[in-house]
Amino acid sequence: MINLELAKKHQETFDQVMLLAEHMMRPYSRKYDKEEHTYPKEMEEAAKLIGGGRSSMSGGAKKDLPEGTVVNGGNMGAVVGLFGLCWGDVGLFLAMPGSGLGNAAISAVGTPEQVKKYGDSYAAMCITEPGTGSDSANISTTAVADGDEWVLNGEKIYVTDGDRCDTLVVWATLDKSLGKAAIKSFIVEKGTPGCEVTRLEHKLGIRASDTAAISFNDCRIPKANVLGSSEIATDAEGRKKAFGGVMQTFDNTRPPVAAMAIGTARAALDMCQDLLKEEGVELKFDKKPSNLSSLEAQLYEMEAEWQGARLLVLKAAWMADNKTPNSMEASMCKAKGGRVGNDVTLRCVALCQSLGYSENYLLEKFARDSKILDIFEGTQQIQQLIVARRVLEKSSSELK
Amino acid sequence: MTDDAQDLLFDLTLTDEQRMNRESMQRFAAAEIRTLAQPVDGGLSSAQDFYPKTAELGLTLLPISEALGGAGVDRSPTSNALIFEDLAHGDMALALGSIVPLAFVNTVLDQGSDAQREKYLPLFCTGEFKAATTALLEPRATFEPAEPNTTATANGDGYSLSGTKSMVPLGIDADLVLVIAKLDNGDPAAFIVEGTPEGMSRTPEDNMGLLGAQLTTLQFKDVQLPASALLGGGNFDLERFIDLSRLGICALAVGTCQAVLDYVIPYCNERVAFGEPITNRQSVAFMIADIAIELEAMRLMTWRAASRAEQGLDFHENAYLAKVFCSKHSMKIGTDGVQLLGGHGFCREHPVELWYRNLRAIATLEGVASV
Repeated sequence: MINLELAKKHQETFDQVMLLAEHMMRPYSRKYDKEEHTYPKEMEEAAKLIGGGRSSMSGGAKKDLPEGTVVNGGNMGAVVGLFGLCWGDVGLFLAMPGSGLGNAAISAVGTPEQVKKYGDSYAAMCITEPGTGSDSANISTTAVADGDEWVLNGEKIYVTDGDRCDTLVVWATLDKSLGKAAIKSFIVEKGTPGCEVTRLEHKLGIRASDTAAISFNDCRIPKANVLGSSEIATDAEGRKKAFGGVMQTFDNTRPPVAAMAIGTARAALDMCQDLLKEEGVELKFDKKPSNLSSLEAQLYEMEAEWQGARLLVLKAAWMADNKTPNSMEASMCKAKGGRVGNDVTLRCVALCQSLGYSENYLLEKFARDSKILDIFEGTQQIQQLIVARRVLEKSSSELK
Repeated sequence: MTDDAQDLLFDLTLTDEQRMNRESMQRFAAAEIRTLAQPVDGGLSSAQDFYPKTAELGLTLLPISEALGGAGVDRSPTSNALIFEDLAHGDMALALGSIVPLAFVNTVLDQGSDAQREKYLPLFCTGEFKAATTALLEPRATFEPAEPNTTATANGDGYSLSGTKSMVPLGIDADLVLVIAKLDNGDPAAFIVEGTPEGMSRTPEDNMGLLGAQLTTLQFKDVQLPASALLGGGNFDLERFIDLSRLGICALAVGTCQAVLDYVIPYCNERVAFGEPITNRQSVAFMIADIAIELEAMRLMTWRAASRAEQGLDFHENAYLAKVFCSKHSMKIGTDGVQLLGGHGFCREHPVELWYRNLRAIATLEGVASV
């Protein structure tokens, strides 16, 4: 039966997370935006309360339920939690131990042993390289088998939580000439000789979150630390499947990133509406937008865009909870969430004029923070590409 | 009205009944509506001949109680939104004309008195198409749906109705018209006007689109109405009527935009330029991806508001925002549909220019498609 309201348990989750966001995150928003690279120790308490970021929120597998039973599980819980946490502060959320993408990868494709050993660690994801961004099939970091070890060599950048994490999930190729099928991911414990954090980035936003460059020089890790099979598929179908397996991590992580954009945009909308209310501009939902001032009409338009984007996120998460393939919907919600997040936060700055631009309020920070959400985990354009290929039934060689 | 939701799960699964109903609506829309869309728009076929065929859908029969001769299925805003969407996939103009009698029935069910239900609803249970409609819009550039200028002045035993209503679907033929006016004290009210009483005139409109809907300007000059014409004895909730209509209008937008998407995909995949299909180019492919994305958001916003209405939750803000969203994006999708076909889209050989013209009405229409 069609119902787009949150289940009671998720509404309660949201309400609790909002309290935590207001009292345990917001007070530190400006501090750690100013003090880039300072570890926001206060977030450890918050992280404990929510039981670790994404790792605890993912999962929620559909148990043995009768055919047709609808589930509102871990994926929905995750996005609902993120709506609230990122209303608090997306930068601080990303600085919470356990919020890293690496945890999502381990729980998605790890063996039971790997999940047991590393599932609760603070895991970051190393994919991007100086010469490789969205074209992640083109990575150059190598993994070579040597006895009962893998030897990793290469340089990774834009590793979220790369400095503060305990564990890294590293994408590397077994043989670059074999293309996508030879790309595997590996678990590397921080402190392994040959693995070194070489730099921390200075960024436009999410400054509370550390973004590291990490180099691997003859870094040796146990053979058992490969995620998934280390076989290189030889036929076309197998090759497609192998890389598809790594990419599937993103089907699970795109709705959460879209949810971060929803949370951040909500924060900006609330603040913008509060500031305007003090000056007598209020949403009353009475007159048609065409009969209102531009300022008022824009407030309604932003509110509508935000609601539409939020529902796309919930749909993608709902599909994941119910084991319905959601690759297209995940990209749809990431595309819409990302661009609505950017547009809404920037317009809130503009509509509040000098108050929006001032560091006395957080509007300018929400705008800067939200920019990354339309970039990482697949840019706007990558999401459009994925949606377009699905809608038009095109292969990646036809629609490049 | 209550804000205490029952503990339902978030769910986008249709009921079996909705699924079956959709199938028959979609079949009808493809076979009977789409084929007539362009002929009716071009004046080659008459919409008057079409509407009687919609009787087989039993649209108005369903929500009327068995005691009054109907099928006695509870009125469901969500199911109605699905029906409107599917019919509009065939053609928005003919869909609007097909559903406006149901909008009349829904409003009488929702806000009419028992006596009015007993008097009027059996007329919709005969198995024949019954032309009825609702009239809210007025011909002003700054018209506010909640502030009609049409007046109903208390007058002896009844009311004297004066004013002008525009864009009234089926306005030429409708035997029953629900007219929204304001009372002497300024409160809004609705009146059931039967036939064409003295002082009422009907003028067919020529508009940019929606030709098949037979949009009409209705003029009322001191039209005398009995007190019994006042819907629900005067306790008319205009905001609720507008909101329920907005859901129907949004559903029409969703169906029409789905038609655009379904048309541009094969066309652009087959259209070759510079030696390959134009959909191999990102500028074209991304435009189509964006249609798919915004359309899905339009649909979810419409469903959410309809589902809240069905559950008895407050849905005013949801309906308002769904209309804001659907107005903006349906027009964008309409214009992009033409753009994607280039010069061919501009020519009336293809239906995209028709959809463009019809979709322009989404932002303007009010009070015509109550679910």
